[in-house]
Amino acid sequence: MAKSLGPVKRKFSPWTDPSAVPFIRFENVTKRFGTFTAVNDLTLDIYEREFFSLLGPSGCGKTTLMRMLAGFEEPTSGRILLQGKDISGVPPYRRPTNMMFQSYALFPHMSVEKNIAFGLEQDNLPKGEISARVEEMLKLVKLDQFAKRKPAQLSGGQRQRVALARSLAKRPKVLLLDEPLGALDKKLREETQFELMDIQHTLGLTFLIVTHDQEEAMTVSDRIAVMDKGIIMQVATPAEIYEAPSSRYVADFIGDINILEGTISKTEAALGAPGAIHIDSDGIAVKVEQECQAVQGDKVAFAVRPEKVRISPEQPADTSVNAVYGEVWDIGYLGDFSVFLVRTADGRIVRAAQANVSRLVDRPITFGDMVWLTWSADAGLVLTR
Amino acid sequence: MATVSEPQTGDRSNPARWLVVAIPYIWLLLFFAVPFLIILKISFSDTAISIPPYTPVFEGFGAIGDYLSQLDFENYLFLTDDPLYFQAYISSLRIALISTFLLLLIGYPMALAMARAPSSIRPTLVMLVILPFWTSFLIRVYAWIGILKPDGLLTLLLQTIGLMGPDDQVQIFRTDYAVFIGIVYSYLPFMVLPLYAALEKMDNTLLEAASDLGCPPWKAFWKITFPLSLPGVIAGSMICFIPITGEFVIPDLLGGADTLMIGKTLWTEFFSNRDWPLASAVAVVLLLMLVVPIAIFQNQQKKVA
Amino acid sequence: MKSHRFDATVLTLGFAFLYIPIIILVVYSFNASRLVTVWGGFSLNWYTTMWSNEGLMDAAWVTARVGVISATLGTILGTLAALTLVRFVRFPGRMLFSGMIYAPLVMPEVITGLSMLLLFVALGIDRGFWTVIIAHTTFTMCYVAIVVQSRLLTFDRSLEEAALDLGCPPVKTFFKITLPLIMPAVVAGWMLAFTLSLDDLVIASFNTGPGATTLPIKIYSQVRLGVTPEINAICTILIGLVTLGVIATSISTKRTELRRIRDEHEAARGA
Repeated sequence: MAKSLGPVKRKFSPWTDPSAVPFIRFENVTKRFGTFTAVNDLTLDIYEREFFSLLGPSGCGKTTLMRMLAGFEEPTSGRILLQGKDISGVPPYRRPTNMMFQSYALFPHMSVEKNIAFGLEQDNLPKGEISARVEEMLKLVKLDQFAKRKPAQLSGGQRQRVALARSLAKRPKVLLLDEPLGALDKKLREETQFELMDIQHTLGLTFLIVTHDQEEAMTVSDRIAVMDKGIIMQVATPAEIYEAPSSRYVADFIGDINILEGTISKTEAALGAPGAIHIDSDGIAVKVEQECQAVQGDKVAFAVRPEKVRISPEQPADTSVNAVYGEVWDIGYLGDFSVFLVRTADGRIVRAAQANVSRLVDRPITFGDMVWLTWSADAGLVLTR
Repeated sequence: MATVSEPQTGDRSNPARWLVVAIPYIWLLLFFAVPFLIILKISFSDTAISIPPYTPVFEGFGAIGDYLSQLDFENYLFLTDDPLYFQAYISSLRIALISTFLLLLIGYPMALAMARAPSSIRPTLVMLVILPFWTSFLIRVYAWIGILKPDGLLTLLLQTIGLMGPDDQVQIFRTDYAVFIGIVYSYLPFMVLPLYAALEKMDNTLLEAASDLGCPPWKAFWKITFPLSLPGVIAGSMICFIPITGEFVIPDLLGGADTLMIGKTLWTEFFSNRDWPLASAVAVVLLLMLVVPIAIFQNQQKKVA
Repeated sequence: MKSHRFDATVLTLGFAFLYIPIIILVVYSFNASRLVTVWGGFSLNWYTTMWSNEGLMDAAWVTARVGVISATLGTILGTLAALTLVRFVRFPGRMLFSGMIYAPLVMPEVITGLSMLLLFVALGIDRGFWTVIIAHTTFTMCYVAIVVQSRLLTFDRSLEEAALDLGCPPVKTFFKITLPLIMPAVVAGWMLAFTLSLDDLVIASFNTGPGATTLPIKIYSQVRLGVTPEINAICTILIGLVTLGVIATSISTKRTELRRIRDEHEAARGA
């Protein structure tokens, strides 16, 4: 792709290197519970030091996938390889993975330091080494003063840190985090996200996180796997997932998006411009610039994010852009943004988001106004799936 | 690879896992299930005069054929012959039914009052109900003898307050009334606790919603509270009805000579007449009568668990 | 307001009904007179005669030993049974197993007692101390199973998974994590089992033998002869012991509860 998608977080992309060896490999993994298929013939590679997210609605199989890696479930068929070795049949207490539980699962009858030391004690490490490591972990999560407290005497945020410290204490090859921030309030969650990234980077571990919160996944991950009904819909970087979703499902699941169903009326061959496609969506003609395998007559969807749609009372002079005329049906004021729901002549709703850059607007667009929605040919994309 | 379809932790081959099931299972099979087969067997065998007073059971598998040919319904026929047994069964059921109804009548208002009490005193109330239940059955029945005896405390009380002449005596002891009092008294905690459990967890806003929708309180009780407490009513009734049917101590200590209850009959057959096969037949018939209520009770318990 | 007064009346009458007979029984154990209806002044006479009644004391000692041993066995078996009920979703004969747990809870004692006796006779085991223990273990384990089961149902299994995940093998996990956390229920189960064993007359009567007369059997045989203050005295002691036990347990749970509330306050304050 010629244009880069979104900001580059850091120079780390082993998945683009064909010679890189995956750290964890799920190979045609299927897991059935009775007649219910939780994970369906899934193949996935995760690389060392990657911060990888499994994202999807509840029941999509993401937690089952993680629990199979931890050893709490065995695949019905397929293999799971860790550093090239098949780990099926290895019980959880002999796997080099550690997990941070959604409920934190702190042992209520043990103090904070006993909780953190628990895993180390199982390895029969010398006492001095254990206490040194516990101290180090307490410092890492900034809980030095709370060592003697019981979990019940801690706040939610502190418990979350103890759980993190406990799962990190054994320096696992892979840290599994099951909805790690789900129980925290929004503000604390945002802070903690950055701390998690920091810790992952400092310790150089591989993190696998399960979440249903797309913002969380977008913020922390190197790559995201969007899952639905036991299969992976797309594996890509957050920016790719957002800007170039591979299917209607992913486009709809991540963020807000307008989807117009239609048929390809002209392809680049007819238009004479590379990558140019025209779509007819029940009378709305959409011009797109995109490399696409689809041919004339294919049923496709056109997707465009609301923030890439401009709203204006005047008809655009530039005829190369896409334009839709309609009535302002509803306005959602979100503070930083306002979302306008515009109804076209045939009753379809198209959304446009506009940043509220100034506090007061001379002539604000309001309910019932007739407006033009416009977007450039490269603002949206064609989805064939 | 074949897998068990239940979600569970790995290491299924661990034999310790199966010991957890096997130990209590084998114990219960040996000491609970097998005895029922034996009781069934003996109920079909003949009375022998020697002790143990029935012809022996285990003669090896070769003897099974012999043994089957020996089986007869003599004891059961005897049960049908003598109207005393039939009357005892009917009387047991009657007493158990009436007692269960009385228990509901007394227990329900108590449970309701407990559930409606301020949450701060509820644990204390629950403890007050449980405490007598921890106290020996025998002791509690015994306590009533002193009260109900003709020259007991009830007579004394009624004479003192003048409701009774100095020569009159309360004639309750050794009658069915005393049995009802004893049963209601002994089983009341068993009735109140399941009822309370069902009533206590009920969402109070339901009644507020009913009231908001124009339903007067007494109607709301019959339309909302009572139907929702039905699992508790069934559980409490079964927990009381089943053991009451086979009750021995209460009719023996408080009832009269004409108080017929099958538990007492069984006890007499066994300890006084030493007719073990007949006692076994009595037990088997009693068990058959209780199969349906026990099945209801088990279903209820499984739903709770 | 009207329902309020109704509730108060119901509870007062209900608890009066439950407690007055017991109170009377206790009061009359201190009666100097042998007659139930005559108050002859306060006396500890019956406690001293009770103390020197060797048969009664022997029976008490037998009962205490039977209670402790059968409650302990019943607690171990009942806890295993509870684990089976909650943790083993599917195994051959699960229906039968849960049936055998629930049935003894309501089974008339005469049936349980008689059937067990017939088993011992069939196996050629002499009846006595140990047959009573086996019988008591069998019916008390079912009560323990129910008590422990209800605790296990609310047990957060991720705690065990966390221990496994941190390298602790299953059996060790049970003893380090599961057992300490379900301990209050196990202890409650033991106390219930002990009390049930202490109370039982019918099952013990069927399964006892020479030299293993339990206290309820002794009391029963004396009660049949009539009300005596001596029986009141021993009953009072039993009631006292049980009441103490129940109150001690409830105070200790209350204390744990208070500590939990204090902990939560502390957690809310300190960050």
